[in-house]
Amino acid sequence: MPGVPLQHVLLVGLVLFALGLYTVLTRRNAIGILMGIELLLNAANVNYVAFARYSGAPTDGQIFAIFVVMLAAAEAAVGLAIVLGIYRNFESIDVDATHALRH
Amino acid sequence: MEQLLLPAIDWLAVLPVGLTSILGLVLLALGLFVDDDETLGWITLIGLAVTAVATACLAGQKSITFNGTFALDAYALFFDLLFLVAGIVVVLMSMTYLEGTGIPSGDYYGLLAFAIAGMIVMASATDLIVVFLGLEIMSISVYVLAGAWRTQLRSNEAAMKYFLLGAFATGFLLYGIALVYGATGAFRLDRIATAVGDTPNRTMLIAGVAMLIIAFGFKVAAVPFHMWTPDVYEGAPTTVTALMAVAVKAAGFAAFVRVFLHGFGGLHADWSMLLWVIAALTMTVGNVLALAQRNVKRMLAYSSIAHAGYILVALVASGAAGGTAALFYLLVYSFMTLGAFGVVAALGSVGEPNETLDDYAGIGFRRPLLGVTMTIFMLSLTGIPPLAGFAGKFYVFTAAIREGYYVLAVIGVLNSAISSAYYVRVLIAMYLTPGAEEHGRVARQPYLLTSIVVSAVMTVVVGVFPALWMQLARFGFLSL
Repeated sequence: MPGVPLQHVLLVGLVLFALGLYTVLTRRNAIGILMGIELLLNAANVNYVAFARYSGAPTDGQIFAIFVVMLAAAEAAVGLAIVLGIYRNFESIDVDATHALRH
Repeated sequence: MEQLLLPAIDWLAVLPVGLTSILGLVLLALGLFVDDDETLGWITLIGLAVTAVATACLAGQKSITFNGTFALDAYALFFDLLFLVAGIVVVLMSMTYLEGTGIPSGDYYGLLAFAIAGMIVMASATDLIVVFLGLEIMSISVYVLAGAWRTQLRSNEAAMKYFLLGAFATGFLLYGIALVYGATGAFRLDRIATAVGDTPNRTMLIAGVAMLIIAFGFKVAAVPFHMWTPDVYEGAPTTVTALMAVAVKAAGFAAFVRVFLHGFGGLHADWSMLLWVIAALTMTVGNVLALAQRNVKRMLAYSSIAHAGYILVALVASGAAGGTAALFYLLVYSFMTLGAFGVVAALGSVGEPNETLDDYAGIGFRRPLLGVTMTIFMLSLTGIPPLAGFAGKFYVFTAAIREGYYVLAVIGVLNSAISSAYYVRVLIAMYLTPGAEEHGRVARQPYLLTSIVVSAVMTVVVGVFPALWMQLARFGFLSL
Protein backbone atom coordinates (compact mmCIF):
# COMPACT_ATOMS: atom_id res chain seq x y z
CA MET A 1 0.00 0.00 0.00
CA PRO A 2 1.20 3.54 -0.68
CA GLY A 3 2.66 5.52 2.16
CA VAL A 4 0.67 8.75 1.80
CA PRO A 5 -2.74 8.59 3.47
CA LEU A 6 -5.79 9.36 1.31
CA GLN A 7 -6.78 12.32 3.51
CA HIS A 8 -3.56 14.17 2.70
CA VAL A 9 -4.10 13.88 -1.03
CA LEU A 10 -7.71 14.99 -0.69
CA LEU A 11 -6.53 17.99 1.30
CA VAL A 12 -4.25 18.99 -1.58
CA GLY A 13 -7.25 18.69 -3.90
CA LEU A 14 -9.38 20.81 -1.59
CA VAL A 15 -6.70 23.51 -1.29
CA LEU A 16 -6.33 23.59 -5.08
CA PHE A 17 -10.11 23.89 -5.46
CA ALA A 18 -10.23 26.74 -2.93
CA LEU A 19 -7.39 28.55 -4.71
CA GLY A 20 -9.15 28.11 -8.05
CA LEU A 21 -12.41 29.41 -6.61
CA TYR A 22 -10.61 32.42 -5.13
CA THR A 23 -8.91 33.14 -8.45
CA VAL A 24 -12.15 32.95 -10.43
CA LEU A 25 -14.02 35.20 -8.02
CA THR A 26 -11.34 37.89 -7.60
CA ARG A 27 -9.63 38.18 -11.00
CA ARG A 28 -11.06 40.65 -13.51
CA ASN A 29 -8.77 39.53 -16.31
CA ALA A 30 -10.39 36.88 -18.54
CA ILE A 31 -7.16 34.88 -18.86
CA GLY A 32 -6.72 35.00 -15.09
CA ILE A 33 -10.22 33.59 -14.63
CA LEU A 34 -9.43 30.89 -17.18
CA MET A 35 -6.37 29.93 -15.14
CA GLY A 36 -8.52 29.72 -12.02
CA ILE A 37 -10.89 27.38 -13.87
CA GLU A 38 -7.94 25.16 -14.83
CA LEU A 39 -7.09 24.95 -11.13
CA LEU A 40 -10.65 23.80 -10.38
CA LEU A 41 -10.41 21.07 -13.02
CA ASN A 42 -7.03 19.90 -11.72
CA ALA A 43 -8.28 19.87 -8.14
CA ALA A 44 -10.96 17.42 -9.27
CA ASN A 45 -8.32 15.45 -11.16
CA VAL A 46 -6.17 15.02 -8.06
CA ASN A 47 -9.24 13.59 -6.36
CA TYR A 48 -10.00 11.16 -9.19
CA VAL A 49 -6.51 9.76 -9.19
CA ALA A 50 -6.39 9.58 -5.39
CA PHE A 51 -9.75 7.81 -5.10
CA ALA A 52 -8.80 5.46 -7.93
CA ARG A 53 -5.60 4.52 -6.07
CA TYR A 54 -7.51 3.69 -2.90
CA SER A 55 -10.65 2.10 -4.33
CA GLY A 56 -11.39 -1.33 -5.69
CA ALA A 57 -11.82 -0.28 -9.33
CA PRO A 58 -8.74 1.77 -10.18
CA THR A 59 -9.25 2.15 -13.92
CA ASP A 60 -12.50 4.15 -13.71
CA GLY A 61 -11.03 7.13 -11.90
CA GLN A 62 -7.88 7.21 -13.99
CA ILE A 63 -9.84 7.11 -17.24
CA PHE A 64 -11.97 9.99 -16.02
CA ALA A 65 -8.80 11.96 -15.21
CA ILE A 66 -7.63 11.53 -18.81
CA PHE A 67 -11.00 12.76 -20.10
CA VAL A 68 -10.70 15.83 -17.88
CA VAL A 69 -7.22 16.64 -19.21
CA MET A 70 -8.61 16.35 -22.75
CA LEU A 71 -11.53 18.62 -21.90
CA ALA A 72 -9.23 21.19 -20.30
CA ALA A 73 -7.30 21.40 -23.58
CA ALA A 74 -10.48 21.76 -25.67
CA GLU A 75 -11.87 24.36 -23.32
CA ALA A 76 -8.65 26.36 -23.31
CA ALA A 77 -8.64 26.38 -27.12
CA VAL A 78 -12.20 27.64 -27.37
CA GLY A 79 -11.78 30.00 -24.42
CA LEU A 80 -8.66 31.67 -25.77
CA ALA A 81 -10.31 32.09 -29.18
CA ILE A 82 -13.27 33.81 -27.53
CA VAL A 83 -10.97 36.03 -25.47
CA LEU A 84 -9.06 36.94 -28.64
CA GLY A 85 -12.35 37.97 -30.25
CA ILE A 86 -13.11 40.11 -27.21
CA TYR A 87 -9.69 41.76 -27.42
CA ARG A 88 -10.20 42.62 -31.09
CA ASN A 89 -13.54 44.27 -30.40
CA PHE A 90 -13.00 45.87 -27.02
CA GLU A 91 -9.17 46.26 -26.95
CA SER A 92 -9.19 44.87 -23.41
CA ILE A 93 -9.71 41.50 -21.77
CA ASP A 94 -10.92 42.95 -18.48
CA VAL A 95 -14.36 41.40 -17.90
CA ASP A 96 -15.63 44.72 -16.52
CA ALA A 97 -14.54 46.64 -19.62
CA THR A 98 -16.97 44.75 -21.86
CA HIS A 99 -20.30 46.41 -21.40
CA ALA A 100 -22.27 46.14 -24.60
CA LEU A 101 -24.96 44.50 -22.47
CA ARG A 102 -26.80 45.89 -19.49
CA HIS A 103 -25.63 44.56 -16.15
CA MET B 1 -2.25 -6.04 -14.49
CA GLU B 2 -5.92 -5.83 -15.08
CA GLN B 3 -7.14 -6.77 -18.55
CA LEU B 4 -9.26 -4.24 -20.35
CA LEU B 5 -12.03 -6.20 -22.00
CA LEU B 6 -14.01 -4.57 -24.77
CA PRO B 7 -17.68 -4.91 -23.93
CA ALA B 8 -20.26 -6.01 -26.47
CA ILE B 9 -21.74 -2.91 -28.09
CA ASP B 10 -25.28 -2.39 -29.29
CA TRP B 11 -24.69 -0.05 -32.19
CA LEU B 12 -28.39 0.74 -32.54
CA ALA B 13 -28.21 2.61 -29.24
CA VAL B 14 -25.75 5.12 -30.68
CA LEU B 15 -27.58 5.54 -34.00
CA PRO B 16 -29.07 8.99 -33.15
CA VAL B 17 -25.83 10.43 -31.80
CA GLY B 18 -23.82 8.80 -34.60
CA LEU B 19 -25.98 10.25 -37.36
CA THR B 20 -25.94 13.74 -35.83
CA SER B 21 -22.15 13.66 -35.41
CA ILE B 22 -21.66 12.56 -39.03
CA LEU B 23 -24.00 15.34 -40.11
CA GLY B 24 -21.86 17.81 -38.16
CA LEU B 25 -18.65 16.62 -39.82
CA VAL B 26 -20.21 16.67 -43.28
CA LEU B 27 -21.46 20.23 -42.74
CA LEU B 28 -18.07 21.45 -41.54
CA ALA B 29 -16.45 20.02 -44.65
CA LEU B 30 -19.17 21.26 -47.03
CA GLY B 31 -18.91 24.71 -45.51
CA LEU B 32 -15.52 25.04 -47.17
CA PHE B 33 -16.87 24.45 -50.67
CA VAL B 34 -20.51 25.44 -50.69
CA ASP B 35 -21.15 29.16 -50.60
CA ASP B 36 -24.92 29.00 -50.71
CA ASP B 37 -26.28 29.39 -47.16
CA GLU B 38 -29.70 28.11 -48.16
CA THR B 39 -28.30 24.83 -49.54
CA LEU B 40 -26.39 24.21 -46.32
CA GLY B 41 -29.54 24.95 -44.35
CA TRP B 42 -31.50 22.42 -46.39
CA ILE B 43 -28.80 19.77 -45.92
CA THR B 44 -28.96 20.32 -42.16
CA LEU B 45 -32.75 20.14 -42.22
CA ILE B 46 -32.76 16.90 -44.18
CA GLY B 47 -30.01 15.41 -42.02
CA LEU B 48 -31.83 16.21 -38.79
CA ALA B 49 -35.15 15.01 -40.21
CA VAL B 50 -33.63 11.68 -41.30
CA THR B 51 -32.08 11.28 -37.85
CA ALA B 52 -35.42 12.06 -36.23
CA VAL B 53 -37.20 9.43 -38.35
CA ALA B 54 -34.48 6.86 -37.59
CA THR B 55 -34.75 7.70 -33.90
CA ALA B 56 -38.51 7.34 -33.96
CA CYS B 57 -38.07 3.89 -35.55
CA LEU B 58 -36.10 2.81 -32.49
CA ALA B 59 -39.23 3.21 -30.34
CA GLY B 60 -39.83 0.19 -28.18
CA GLN B 61 -36.15 -0.82 -28.10
CA LYS B 62 -34.53 -1.03 -24.72
CA SER B 63 -30.90 -1.77 -24.08
CA ILE B 64 -27.99 -0.56 -22.03
CA THR B 65 -24.68 -0.78 -23.79
CA PHE B 66 -21.02 0.31 -23.55
CA ASN B 67 -20.59 -1.58 -20.30
CA GLY B 68 -23.74 -0.13 -18.74
CA THR B 69 -22.93 3.50 -19.46
CA PHE B 70 -25.19 4.36 -22.40
CA ALA B 71 -28.90 3.62 -22.49
CA LEU B 72 -31.36 3.26 -25.31
CA ASP B 73 -34.75 3.56 -23.67
CA ALA B 74 -37.98 5.49 -24.12
CA TYR B 75 -36.62 8.25 -21.85
CA ALA B 76 -33.62 8.81 -24.11
CA LEU B 77 -35.76 8.59 -27.25
CA PHE B 78 -38.26 11.12 -25.89
CA PHE B 79 -35.48 13.64 -25.34
CA ASP B 80 -33.64 12.76 -28.58
CA LEU B 81 -36.75 13.57 -30.57
CA LEU B 82 -37.31 16.76 -28.58
CA PHE B 83 -33.75 17.92 -29.33
CA LEU B 84 -33.98 16.97 -33.00
CA VAL B 85 -37.33 18.70 -33.53
CA ALA B 86 -36.10 21.78 -31.65
CA GLY B 87 -32.99 21.63 -33.85
CA ILE B 88 -35.10 21.51 -37.00
CA VAL B 89 -37.12 24.53 -35.87
CA VAL B 90 -33.92 26.44 -35.01
CA VAL B 91 -32.42 25.61 -38.43
CA LEU B 92 -35.59 26.91 -40.13
CA MET B 93 -35.26 30.14 -38.15
CA SER B 94 -31.56 30.40 -38.93
CA MET B 95 -32.07 30.02 -42.70
CA THR B 96 -33.71 33.44 -42.65
CA TYR B 97 -31.85 34.94 -39.70
CA LEU B 98 -28.30 34.29 -40.91
CA GLU B 99 -28.81 36.36 -44.08
CA GLY B 100 -26.55 39.38 -43.96
CA THR B 101 -25.04 38.58 -40.58
CA GLY B 102 -21.80 37.24 -42.06
CA ILE B 103 -21.97 34.16 -39.84
CA PRO B 104 -20.37 31.29 -41.82
CA SER B 105 -23.19 28.81 -42.43
CA GLY B 106 -21.11 25.65 -42.62
CA ASP B 107 -19.52 26.25 -39.22
CA TYR B 108 -22.77 27.41 -37.70
CA TYR B 109 -24.85 24.41 -38.80
CA GLY B 110 -21.99 22.01 -38.07
CA LEU B 111 -21.68 23.26 -34.49
CA LEU B 112 -25.46 23.10 -34.15
CA ALA B 113 -25.34 19.41 -35.11
CA PHE B 114 -22.51 18.76 -32.65
CA ALA B 115 -24.42 20.54 -29.89
CA ILE B 116 -27.42 18.29 -30.57
CA ALA B 117 -25.14 15.22 -30.55
CA GLY B 118 -23.91 16.27 -27.10
CA MET B 119 -27.48 16.68 -25.87
CA ILE B 120 -28.39 13.20 -27.11
CA VAL B 121 -25.41 11.79 -25.20
CA MET B 122 -26.63 13.57 -22.06
CA ALA B 123 -30.11 12.13 -22.37
CA SER B 124 -28.77 8.59 -22.83
CA ALA B 125 -26.00 8.69 -20.23
CA THR B 126 -26.30 6.25 -17.35
CA ASP B 127 -22.82 6.98 -16.10
CA LEU B 128 -21.43 10.20 -14.69
CA ILE B 129 -18.44 10.12 -17.07
CA VAL B 130 -20.79 10.01 -20.04
CA VAL B 131 -23.01 12.75 -18.56
CA PHE B 132 -19.90 14.92 -18.31
CA LEU B 133 -18.79 14.12 -21.87
CA GLY B 134 -22.21 14.90 -23.31
CA LEU B 135 -22.44 18.11 -21.33
CA GLU B 136 -19.09 19.30 -22.62
CA ILE B 137 -19.70 18.33 -26.26
CA MET B 138 -22.86 20.39 -26.07
CA SER B 139 -21.43 23.29 -24.06
CA ILE B 140 -18.28 23.85 -26.07
CA SER B 141 -20.31 23.93 -29.29
CA VAL B 142 -22.78 26.40 -27.80
CA TYR B 143 -20.01 28.67 -26.42
CA VAL B 144 -18.82 29.12 -29.98
CA LEU B 145 -22.35 29.50 -31.38
CA ALA B 146 -23.11 32.25 -28.84
CA GLY B 147 -20.17 34.21 -30.23
CA ALA B 148 -20.80 33.28 -33.87
CA TRP B 149 -21.76 36.82 -34.86
CA ARG B 150 -18.19 38.05 -34.52
CA THR B 151 -18.73 41.63 -35.64
CA GLN B 152 -21.38 42.24 -32.98
CA LEU B 153 -19.97 43.43 -29.66
CA ARG B 154 -22.76 41.91 -27.66
CA SER B 155 -22.38 38.48 -29.29
CA ASN B 156 -18.70 38.50 -28.30
CA GLU B 157 -19.52 39.51 -24.78
CA ALA B 158 -22.23 36.85 -24.51
CA ALA B 159 -19.79 34.16 -25.64
CA MET B 160 -17.21 35.21 -23.07
CA LYS B 161 -19.70 35.35 -20.20
CA TYR B 162 -21.26 32.03 -21.16
CA PHE B 163 -17.86 30.41 -21.53
CA LEU B 164 -16.44 31.65 -18.21
CA LEU B 165 -19.54 30.79 -16.21
CA GLY B 166 -20.03 27.48 -18.02
CA ALA B 167 -16.43 26.40 -17.45
CA PHE B 168 -16.74 27.48 -13.83
CA ALA B 169 -19.81 25.23 -13.50
CA THR B 170 -17.84 22.40 -15.09
CA GLY B 171 -15.32 22.72 -12.25
CA PHE B 172 -18.13 22.17 -9.75
CA LEU B 173 -19.52 19.27 -11.76
CA LEU B 174 -16.15 17.52 -11.84
CA TYR B 175 -15.39 18.09 -8.18
CA GLY B 176 -18.89 16.91 -7.28
CA ILE B 177 -18.52 13.75 -9.37
CA ALA B 178 -15.14 13.14 -7.71
CA LEU B 179 -16.71 13.31 -4.25
CA VAL B 180 -19.57 11.01 -5.28
CA TYR B 181 -17.01 8.61 -6.76
CA GLY B 182 -15.01 8.74 -3.55
CA ALA B 183 -18.06 8.02 -1.42
CA THR B 184 -19.65 5.30 -3.55
CA GLY B 185 -16.70 3.95 -5.56
CA ALA B 186 -18.67 4.11 -8.81
CA PHE B 187 -19.57 6.34 -11.74
CA ARG B 188 -22.41 4.17 -13.02
CA LEU B 189 -25.80 5.35 -11.85
CA ASP B 190 -27.13 1.86 -11.05
CA ARG B 191 -24.09 1.14 -8.86
CA ILE B 192 -24.36 4.55 -7.21
CA ALA B 193 -28.05 3.89 -6.53
CA THR B 194 -27.24 0.69 -4.64
CA ALA B 195 -24.26 2.24 -2.85
CA VAL B 196 -25.88 5.44 -1.54
CA GLY B 197 -27.84 3.57 1.13
CA ASP B 198 -24.88 2.27 3.11
CA THR B 199 -21.89 4.46 2.31
CA PRO B 200 -19.54 5.15 5.23
CA ASN B 201 -18.74 8.61 3.80
CA ARG B 202 -22.16 10.21 3.95
CA THR B 203 -20.85 13.75 4.40
CA MET B 204 -18.68 13.44 1.32
CA LEU B 205 -21.59 12.05 -0.67
CA ILE B 206 -23.91 14.89 0.32
CA ALA B 207 -21.22 17.46 -0.48
CA GLY B 208 -20.81 15.85 -3.90
CA VAL B 209 -24.57 15.89 -4.55
CA ALA B 210 -24.75 19.55 -3.52
CA MET B 211 -21.98 20.40 -6.00
CA LEU B 212 -23.82 18.54 -8.75
CA ILE B 213 -26.92 20.62 -7.95
CA ILE B 214 -24.80 23.77 -8.36
CA ALA B 215 -23.42 22.53 -11.69
CA PHE B 216 -26.81 21.54 -13.11
CA GLY B 217 -28.28 24.73 -11.64
CA PHE B 218 -25.90 26.73 -13.84
CA LYS B 219 -26.84 24.74 -16.94
CA VAL B 220 -30.60 25.03 -16.51
CA ALA B 221 -30.33 28.64 -15.23
CA ALA B 222 -31.77 28.19 -11.75
CA VAL B 223 -31.53 30.99 -9.16
CA PRO B 224 -28.97 31.76 -7.61
CA PHE B 225 -26.89 30.41 -10.51
CA HIS B 226 -28.71 32.43 -13.18
CA MET B 227 -26.59 35.62 -13.29
CA TRP B 228 -25.23 34.84 -16.75
CA THR B 229 -28.60 34.12 -18.34
CA PRO B 230 -30.02 37.56 -19.21
CA ASP B 231 -26.76 38.90 -20.68
CA VAL B 232 -25.99 35.76 -22.64
CA TYR B 233 -29.53 35.31 -23.97
CA GLU B 234 -29.72 38.97 -24.97
CA GLY B 235 -26.30 39.05 -26.58
CA ALA B 236 -26.26 35.79 -28.50
CA PRO B 237 -27.80 35.65 -32.01
CA THR B 238 -31.55 35.15 -31.47
CA THR B 239 -31.58 31.71 -33.09
CA VAL B 240 -28.80 30.55 -30.75
CA THR B 241 -30.72 32.03 -27.83
CA ALA B 242 -33.72 29.93 -28.84
CA LEU B 243 -31.49 26.84 -28.92
CA MET B 244 -30.05 27.67 -25.49
CA ALA B 245 -33.39 28.46 -23.90
CA VAL B 246 -35.00 25.28 -25.22
CA ALA B 247 -32.66 22.46 -26.16
CA VAL B 248 -29.72 23.20 -23.82
CA LYS B 249 -32.09 23.62 -20.91
CA ALA B 250 -33.97 20.42 -21.82
CA ALA B 251 -30.66 18.52 -22.06
CA GLY B 252 -29.63 19.86 -18.67
CA PHE B 253 -32.90 18.63 -17.21
CA ALA B 254 -32.64 15.29 -19.02
CA ALA B 255 -29.37 14.55 -17.24
CA PHE B 256 -30.53 16.22 -14.01
CA VAL B 257 -33.66 14.06 -13.79
CA ARG B 258 -31.88 10.81 -14.68
CA VAL B 259 -29.01 11.38 -12.26
CA PHE B 260 -31.14 12.56 -9.36
CA LEU B 261 -34.24 10.38 -9.66
CA HIS B 262 -32.29 7.30 -10.72
CA GLY B 263 -28.80 7.55 -9.18
CA PHE B 264 -29.57 9.59 -6.08
CA GLY B 265 -33.19 8.44 -5.69
CA GLY B 266 -32.34 7.04 -2.27
CA LEU B 267 -31.26 10.49 -1.09
CA HIS B 268 -34.48 12.25 -2.08
CA ALA B 269 -35.08 13.38 1.50
CA ASP B 270 -31.72 15.17 1.51
CA TRP B 271 -31.67 16.91 -1.86
CA SER B 272 -35.37 17.70 -2.13
CA MET B 273 -35.07 20.29 0.67
CA LEU B 274 -32.34 22.16 -1.19
CA LEU B 275 -34.18 21.91 -4.52
CA TRP B 276 -37.39 23.13 -2.84
CA VAL B 277 -35.66 26.39 -1.91
CA ILE B 278 -34.02 26.70 -5.34
CA ALA B 279 -37.34 26.05 -7.12
CA ALA B 280 -39.18 28.69 -5.06
CA LEU B 281 -36.38 31.23 -5.60
CA THR B 282 -36.08 30.48 -9.31
CA MET B 283 -39.79 31.02 -9.98
CA THR B 284 -40.03 34.16 -7.88
CA VAL B 285 -36.80 35.91 -8.88
CA GLY B 286 -37.28 35.06 -12.56
CA ASN B 287 -40.81 36.43 -12.68
CA VAL B 288 -40.22 39.52 -10.56
CA LEU B 289 -37.13 40.59 -12.51
CA ALA B 290 -38.95 39.95 -15.80
CA LEU B 291 -41.47 42.60 -14.76
CA ALA B 292 -38.79 45.30 -14.95
CA GLN B 293 -37.62 44.52 -18.50
CA ARG B 294 -38.37 46.72 -21.50
CA ASN B 295 -36.36 44.54 -23.88
CA VAL B 296 -38.49 41.59 -25.01
CA LYS B 297 -35.52 39.28 -25.64
CA ARG B 298 -34.20 39.98 -22.14
CA MET B 299 -37.70 39.57 -20.70
CA LEU B 300 -37.91 36.14 -22.34
CA ALA B 301 -34.55 35.27 -20.73
CA TYR B 302 -35.99 35.97 -17.28
CA SER B 303 -39.14 34.12 -18.29
CA SER B 304 -37.03 31.08 -19.17
CA ILE B 305 -35.46 31.26 -15.69
CA ALA B 306 -38.94 31.27 -14.17
CA HIS B 307 -39.99 28.26 -16.24
CA ALA B 308 -36.91 26.34 -15.06
CA GLY B 309 -38.39 26.94 -11.61
CA TYR B 310 -41.68 25.26 -12.56
CA ILE B 311 -39.80 22.22 -13.85
CA LEU B 312 -37.78 22.10 -10.62
CA VAL B 313 -41.11 21.93 -8.74
CA ALA B 314 -41.85 18.73 -10.66
CA LEU B 315 -38.38 17.44 -9.81
CA VAL B 316 -38.93 18.13 -6.10
CA ALA B 317 -42.27 16.33 -6.23
CA SER B 318 -40.41 13.39 -7.78
CA GLY B 319 -42.11 10.02 -8.22
CA ALA B 320 -43.92 8.94 -11.38
CA ALA B 321 -46.24 11.97 -11.34
CA GLY B 322 -43.43 14.50 -10.87
CA GLY B 323 -41.08 12.92 -13.40
CA THR B 324 -43.80 12.67 -16.02
CA ALA B 325 -44.86 16.26 -15.40
CA ALA B 326 -41.25 17.43 -15.82
CA LEU B 327 -40.92 15.72 -19.20
CA PHE B 328 -44.30 16.99 -20.37
CA TYR B 329 -43.51 20.52 -19.23
CA LEU B 330 -40.23 20.50 -21.15
CA LEU B 331 -42.10 19.46 -24.31
CA VAL B 332 -44.68 22.22 -23.86
CA TYR B 333 -42.12 24.84 -22.87
CA SER B 334 -39.97 24.03 -25.90
CA PHE B 335 -42.58 24.90 -28.51
CA MET B 336 -43.89 28.08 -26.92
CA THR B 337 -40.39 29.40 -26.24
CA LEU B 338 -39.05 28.51 -29.70
CA GLY B 339 -42.00 30.36 -31.18
CA ALA B 340 -41.57 33.43 -29.00
CA PHE B 341 -37.89 33.75 -29.90
CA GLY B 342 -38.86 33.16 -33.53
CA VAL B 343 -41.11 36.22 -33.41
CA VAL B 344 -38.28 38.24 -31.82
CA ALA B 345 -36.02 37.12 -34.67
CA ALA B 346 -38.67 37.96 -37.29
CA LEU B 347 -39.07 41.54 -36.06
CA GLY B 348 -35.35 42.23 -35.98
CA SER B 349 -33.03 42.76 -38.90
CA VAL B 350 -29.29 43.15 -39.30
CA GLY B 351 -28.28 46.34 -37.52
CA GLU B 352 -31.77 46.87 -36.12
CA PRO B 353 -32.62 44.37 -33.41
CA ASN B 354 -36.04 45.96 -32.69
CA GLU B 355 -36.29 44.20 -29.35
CA THR B 356 -37.82 46.76 -27.01
CA LEU B 357 -41.51 47.00 -26.21
CA ASP B 358 -41.66 50.32 -28.11
CA ASP B 359 -40.58 48.49 -31.25
CA TYR B 360 -43.53 46.13 -30.80
CA ALA B 361 -46.08 48.96 -30.88
CA GLY B 362 -48.77 48.30 -33.43
CA ILE B 363 -47.10 45.12 -34.70
CA GLY B 364 -50.36 43.22 -34.25
CA PHE B 365 -51.92 45.13 -37.15
CA ARG B 366 -48.84 45.66 -39.29
CA ARG B 367 -47.72 42.01 -39.15
CA PRO B 368 -50.95 40.12 -38.38
CA LEU B 369 -49.37 36.64 -38.55
CA LEU B 370 -46.68 37.58 -36.03
CA GLY B 371 -49.29 39.28 -33.86
CA VAL B 372 -51.58 36.24 -33.71
CA THR B 373 -48.78 33.73 -33.10
CA MET B 374 -47.08 35.91 -30.48
CA THR B 375 -50.45 36.16 -28.72
CA ILE B 376 -50.64 32.37 -28.67
CA PHE B 377 -47.12 32.08 -27.23
CA MET B 378 -47.58 34.78 -24.59
CA LEU B 379 -50.93 33.38 -23.42
CA SER B 380 -49.48 29.87 -23.37
CA LEU B 381 -46.45 31.00 -21.36
CA THR B 382 -48.86 32.65 -18.91
CA GLY B 383 -50.80 29.40 -18.64
CA ILE B 384 -54.17 30.28 -20.14
CA PRO B 385 -56.31 27.28 -21.19
CA PRO B 386 -56.70 25.66 -23.68
CA LEU B 387 -53.06 26.34 -24.68
CA ALA B 388 -50.21 23.99 -23.90
CA GLY B 389 -48.73 26.09 -21.09
CA PHE B 390 -51.85 25.56 -19.02
CA ALA B 391 -51.70 21.77 -19.34
CA GLY B 392 -48.01 21.80 -18.41
CA LYS B 393 -48.53 23.88 -15.28
CA PHE B 394 -51.62 21.87 -14.36
CA TYR B 395 -49.69 18.58 -14.32
CA VAL B 396 -46.69 20.10 -12.48
CA PHE B 397 -48.77 21.61 -9.69
CA THR B 398 -51.00 18.51 -9.44
CA ALA B 399 -47.88 16.40 -8.96
CA ALA B 400 -46.60 18.79 -6.26
CA ILE B 401 -49.92 18.68 -4.41
CA ARG B 402 -50.16 14.89 -4.68
CA GLU B 403 -46.76 14.56 -3.00
CA GLY B 404 -47.70 17.02 -0.27
CA TYR B 405 -45.74 20.08 -1.39
CA TYR B 406 -48.68 22.46 -0.92
CA VAL B 407 -46.65 25.60 -0.19
CA LEU B 408 -44.50 25.10 -3.28
CA ALA B 409 -47.62 24.64 -5.44
CA VAL B 410 -49.12 27.84 -4.02
CA ILE B 411 -45.89 29.76 -4.71
CA GLY B 412 -46.00 28.42 -8.25
CA VAL B 413 -49.60 29.49 -8.86
CA LEU B 414 -48.92 32.96 -7.42
CA ASN B 415 -45.93 33.24 -9.72
CA SER B 416 -48.09 32.35 -12.69
CA ALA B 417 -50.29 35.28 -11.78
CA ILE B 418 -47.28 37.63 -11.54
CA SER B 419 -46.02 36.41 -14.90
CA SER B 420 -49.27 37.34 -16.66
CA ALA B 421 -48.38 41.02 -16.07
CA TYR B 422 -45.31 41.03 -18.28
CA TYR B 423 -46.61 38.62 -20.90
CA VAL B 424 -49.79 40.64 -21.35
CA ARG B 425 -47.71 43.83 -21.62
CA VAL B 426 -46.32 42.48 -24.89
CA LEU B 427 -49.88 42.00 -26.16
CA ILE B 428 -50.82 45.52 -25.08
CA ALA B 429 -47.82 46.89 -26.95
CA MET B 430 -48.71 44.90 -30.06
CA TYR B 431 -52.42 45.72 -30.24
CA LEU B 432 -53.27 48.72 -28.08
CA THR B 433 -50.26 51.00 -28.56
CA PRO B 434 -50.26 53.02 -31.75
CA GLY B 435 -47.09 52.31 -33.68
CA ALA B 436 -45.12 54.27 -36.20
CA GLU B 437 -45.97 53.85 -39.87
CA GLU B 438 -44.10 51.12 -41.68
CA HIS B 439 -40.95 52.34 -43.38
CA GLY B 440 -40.13 50.38 -46.47
CA ARG B 441 -41.11 46.87 -47.34
CA VAL B 442 -40.97 43.94 -44.94
CA ALA B 443 -38.37 41.36 -45.98
CA ARG B 444 -39.64 37.95 -47.06
CA GLN B 445 -39.00 35.42 -44.31
CA PRO B 446 -40.51 32.14 -45.54
CA TYR B 447 -38.42 29.76 -43.40
CA LEU B 448 -38.65 31.83 -40.24
CA LEU B 449 -42.43 32.18 -40.57
CA THR B 450 -42.74 28.42 -41.13
CA SER B 451 -40.89 27.75 -37.90
CA ILE B 452 -43.12 30.17 -36.01
CA VAL B 453 -46.31 28.66 -37.43
CA VAL B 454 -45.12 25.12 -36.62
CA SER B 455 -44.41 26.16 -33.03
CA ALA B 456 -47.80 27.86 -32.73
CA VAL B 457 -49.65 24.85 -34.13
CA MET B 458 -47.82 22.53 -31.73
CA THR B 459 -48.57 24.84 -28.79
CA VAL B 460 -52.27 24.69 -29.60
CA VAL B 461 -52.35 20.95 -30.44
CA VAL B 462 -50.51 19.90 -27.26
CA GLY B 463 -52.79 22.18 -25.26
CA VAL B 464 -56.04 20.87 -26.74
CA PHE B 465 -55.03 17.19 -26.75
CA PRO B 466 -52.65 16.86 -23.81
CA ALA B 467 -53.49 13.20 -23.06
CA LEU B 468 -51.53 11.70 -25.96
CA TRP B 469 -48.41 13.76 -25.23
CA MET B 470 -48.72 13.10 -21.52
CA GLN B 471 -48.81 9.39 -22.37
CA LEU B 472 -45.53 9.78 -24.28
CA ALA B 473 -43.95 11.59 -21.33
CA ARG B 474 -45.17 8.90 -18.91
CA PHE B 475 -43.84 6.20 -21.22
CA GLY B 476 -40.49 7.95 -21.29
CA PHE B 477 -40.20 8.48 -17.58
CA LEU B 478 -41.31 4.99 -16.59
CA SER B 479 -38.59 3.44 -18.77
CA LEU B 480 -35.90 4.88 -16.47
